[in-house]
Amino acid sequence: MTAVVIVNSGVCNLDSIRRAVEECGGHPLVTDDPRVVEGADRVILPGVGSFAAAMQALNATGLAAGLRNLLARREIPFLGICLGMQLMATRSHEFGLTEGLDLIPGEIVPLRSTQAGERIPHMGWNETYPQPEATLWRQLPAGTDFYFVHSYHYECAGGDVLATCPSYGGFTAAVQRGHMMGVQFHPEKSQKAGFQLLRNFLAL
Amino acid sequence: MTVKIRVMPTLLFRDVGLVKGVGFDSWRRTGSALQAIKVYNMREVDELVFLDIRATPDGRAPDFAQVDELADECFMPMTVGGGVRNPDHIGGLLAVGADKVAINTAALARPKLIEEGALRYGAQCIVVSIDVMRHADGRAEVLSDCGKKPTGRDPVEWAREAEALGAGEILLTSVGRDGTFSGYDVPLTRAVVDAVGIPVIASGGCGSYQHMAEVLRDGKADAVAAASIFHFTEQTPRQAKVYLKEQGFNVRL
Repeated sequence: MTAVVIVNSGVCNLDSIRRAVEECGGHPLVTDDPRVVEGADRVILPGVGSFAAAMQALNATGLAAGLRNLLARREIPFLGICLGMQLMATRSHEFGLTEGLDLIPGEIVPLRSTQAGERIPHMGWNETYPQPEATLWRQLPAGTDFYFVHSYHYECAGGDVLATCPSYGGFTAAVQRGHMMGVQFHPEKSQKAGFQLLRNFLAL
Repeated sequence: MTVKIRVMPTLLFRDVGLVKGVGFDSWRRTGSALQAIKVYNMREVDELVFLDIRATPDGRAPDFAQVDELADECFMPMTVGGGVRNPDHIGGLLAVGADKVAINTAALARPKLIEEGALRYGAQCIVVSIDVMRHADGRAEVLSDCGKKPTGRDPVEWAREAEALGAGEILLTSVGRDGTFSGYDVPLTRAVVDAVGIPVIASGGCGSYQHMAEVLRDGKADAVAAASIFHFTEQTPRQAKVYLKEQGFNVRL
């Protein structure tokens, strides 16, 4: 079984992602110990809630530095989910400026409604359009629906965009730079499609 | 592209199992919560609402152990409510697997709870549940305590305040329509939708797929919740969405 370290930043629902990884055949280990994280071969950083609160927790526990060291030193598969993806950015504009992990340069900025029916938060199922070579989307056709819940989105260089979602004028649904990936939606709550994406991550 | 509308079964829990009533009364047993969640999970429904309707009247906290057990089988988004009175209750439910937490009576008594929850856990997981009774003269009034207590508050004004305090979504239920199969309160839904920028879930009164189409088209709801139609008839969330797609709505199939 593939071992996965799930980083506990203290601000989110870890039970859902832990259960989903189990269902997908992985062996999850939930921890807030930077030493355990630094020894990991595969890491998921989940998260919901406020960017500033999560970064504060990651900095206070030493997890932020631990993650940066680990990912700079070793090319292990890393997946940020929802707020966990946003934490990969350089900084966020949510309630003032907060520095992020800066794993993939970018800014977290508010979603803007571009037409009626695009309410904020963006809450519900929406389509994703991946880059043709996206291994995370293996066996998942373009247009596959995932469950989104967020009010901010990741603005980054085009080369780091792994998938887009066509609402709100089009925004980044997933980022990737080498072994580091992030998804704005919740694969652990996206039923079959979400489990396929998690299995794809476990197979990397 | 517009966001897909959602069709959400509502599960009402009381004592030992699921129930469904009429006008928040005359409860009938409808089965086991765990079984229902497994079935809806298999059928890939968009989202679930799970409300423990005895928690507030009995003055007890949410049953975290029970939600934990249910959430372990629930790989779709789940909003959990009933008995949520303070930020620790919100955090406790999120920790055991709820994706969003519905607050109702406690938020009416102390609106700051919405703000505290939103600041600590993010606006996206705070659902403010609003139960509404329409009086004979047409006036709509918010009820608390599982539909038992008049509050004197206007639903539109309360929804606006809830949004300003940080609510991420409104679950809007017509108590008078609940369980009657007579259709959603479309004007009420439209008034609330027009007053806020956050998503609004219409609830109470659904008896057919046409009712869903009405409240989505004319009420501009972002999602429809329904219970009786799924418990007591052959109609299903999937067939609802097939119908809604034919009517031109953007759905996930």
